[in-house]
Amino acid sequence: MTDASISRRRLLQSSVAGAALGVIGAPFTARPARAAGATVGFIYVGPKDDFGYNQAHAEGANALRGIEGIQLVEEENVPESVDVQKTMESMVNLDGASLIFPTSFGYFDPHVIAVAKKFPDVQFRHCGGLWDKAKHPMNAGSYFGYINFGQYLNGVAAGHATKSKKIGFVAAKPIPQVLLNVNAFLLGARSVDPSITCQVIFTGEWSLAVKEAEATNALIDQGADVITCHVDGPKVVTQTAAGRGAFVCGYHASQAPLAPEKYLTGAEWNWATVYTMYAKHLLAGEPLPNFTRGGIADGFVKMSPLGPGVPDAGRKQFEATLDEIKKGGFSVFKGPLKDNKGNEVAAAGKAFPETAIELESMNYLVDGVRGSTS
Amino acid sequence: MEGDIGLWGVPLAILGGAIRVSTPFIFVSLGETITERSGRINLGLEGTLVFGAMAAYAIAVETGSPWIGVLAAMVAGAGFGLLHGWICSFPKVNDIAVGIALMLFGMGLAFFFGKPYIQPSAPNLPAIPLGDWSSLPQVRAALNVNVLFLVGAALALALWWAFKNTKIGLIVRVVGDSADAARAMGLSPNTVRLFATAAGGALAAIGGAYLSLYYPGSWNERLSSGQGLMAVALVIFARWNPLGCFAAALLFGGAGALGPALQSVGVTQGYYLFYAAPYVLTLIVMIAASSPGRALAGAPGELSITR
Repeated sequence: MTDASISRRRLLQSSVAGAALGVIGAPFTARPARAAGATVGFIYVGPKDDFGYNQAHAEGANALRGIEGIQLVEEENVPESVDVQKTMESMVNLDGASLIFPTSFGYFDPHVIAVAKKFPDVQFRHCGGLWDKAKHPMNAGSYFGYINFGQYLNGVAAGHATKSKKIGFVAAKPIPQVLLNVNAFLLGARSVDPSITCQVIFTGEWSLAVKEAEATNALIDQGADVITCHVDGPKVVTQTAAGRGAFVCGYHASQAPLAPEKYLTGAEWNWATVYTMYAKHLLAGEPLPNFTRGGIADGFVKMSPLGPGVPDAGRKQFEATLDEIKKGGFSVFKGPLKDNKGNEVAAAGKAFPETAIELESMNYLVDGVRGSTS
Repeated sequence: MEGDIGLWGVPLAILGGAIRVSTPFIFVSLGETITERSGRINLGLEGTLVFGAMAAYAIAVETGSPWIGVLAAMVAGAGFGLLHGWICSFPKVNDIAVGIALMLFGMGLAFFFGKPYIQPSAPNLPAIPLGDWSSLPQVRAALNVNVLFLVGAALALALWWAFKNTKIGLIVRVVGDSADAARAMGLSPNTVRLFATAAGGALAAIGGAYLSLYYPGSWNERLSSGQGLMAVALVIFARWNPLGCFAAALLFGGAGALGPALQSVGVTQGYYLFYAAPYVLTLIVMIAASSPGRALAGAPGELSITR
């Protein structure tokens, strides 16, 4: 049985080598000890100054710089692949991060789950809302904001600005958060004029500059005169739409400087609120909440100042709706409501508050939205 | 309703898309044609394109002139081409491997230097409104043709003519088809290839400048979605013929506009399939044009893929 003896010898050799490596490696693999404070890691899928999603997160992360005891590590342009696992592992092993925010939607499954299982005493909070108490590790969690209320307000401004009664939406992927925004945008516009329709175009990716420009052009060619979007960097959509003379509603961050005349308003993230909250819990040694949600009233989402394209009637309705939302109890999605295939999604009298968890699994487009989820 | 063009939007979008989207493909594939006709493959043009986009945008922001930006991109692109040509002039260097290395190098360098230029807005390249005869704003928008597109079209014609009828064209072709014959004529293949690669790099960088300075007209790390790589493939598709490159680029641009246009008129089922249209189309044309008798007709004899 030569095979067996060789493999046994090899086994012995390798285990000795492994043990030696372990001894040498021990000081390096042990987590760097820090006297006080904590290291917080941020991972972005794109450049952190993209006028959009990543910029909003980076601005939020920036708010932690002023907090004593918090060190920041950031990495941008990390693909939603096994790359993000490597980034998370190096943040834990090399930087000693005790809390990591992988900010992109596609990071969660399977990457965050896998790494969270591997490092049970490091906390992971993922932006987007897929964490489930029953299925996922307890050192992971999710945070998100009810930004669809912002898109509803965008819709109110758009409903007053549109002349063709057609508005357009450039969307990345048909996931619940995007569908919520598309639907809320139309419902906001329909609160002004129920004859308004919204055309949606899915580009299939979070960031495809040329395709986003093409989609914007196609929407305007079909008569849409107010455009908004849900892609990572709304810069291209904003510039293309304004260049064609259409109005723009912003998303993620303020794009007003790109088109001051054509920018109506925009739904912006205010992540500083969330990140500061987590950092304070972390420094105080308190457990971090696993599931964090908030809207305009909680300071998670804010609106860009209204642009010159919004008529006075629009301003009035916009302010009134904003006040009502801040008061609480406002529902964007309420019955009777049908999807655009004719199925009833909410019976008359039924209203979903912003916290309704059903909304986070939205898989339909409401009546009045032209487009399809697949 | 005035301005409602309905289904006519689809052919119009394909036309407009062909004009708007094709320009980077035209320049990169023409550049690669020059390089490959001299017997080398430069796979690094994606990196050159991205660096050209960054350089053009940065210089346009700094100087306020998009044309100086285009010029700067050309200089940078020629630099990358010279680097590729120089490294490949050493014996036993694989041009494909060098190209891939330079692609990553160019992109990394562009990301590094481009950081401060993501936020500022650069002046755009001018466009010529060829659609003013129409009362439809959609037609006007589709026929708003950028100057670089026209330059690309003229360049394709000029290159096609030059390869056939000029001494320089002959020199490039001889070097590409047989290095031995070129040496017998007293030509230095390495020198010719050095300049052919530099010219290819300069053209590819113009393609990048178009992306950052006209359509979509901004700079960030995600600007290119592989146009540089696709254009290299288009050269083979176009059988190393400059006019073929132009046609292939138009086809590719037009097919790329199909997905958004169909969604905008209500054909929304299966849009992922429509987004694959350019690639499916390429495959179909490749299969239709292929024959077991004349494999890779028109391929320069010295190319490392055919040798």
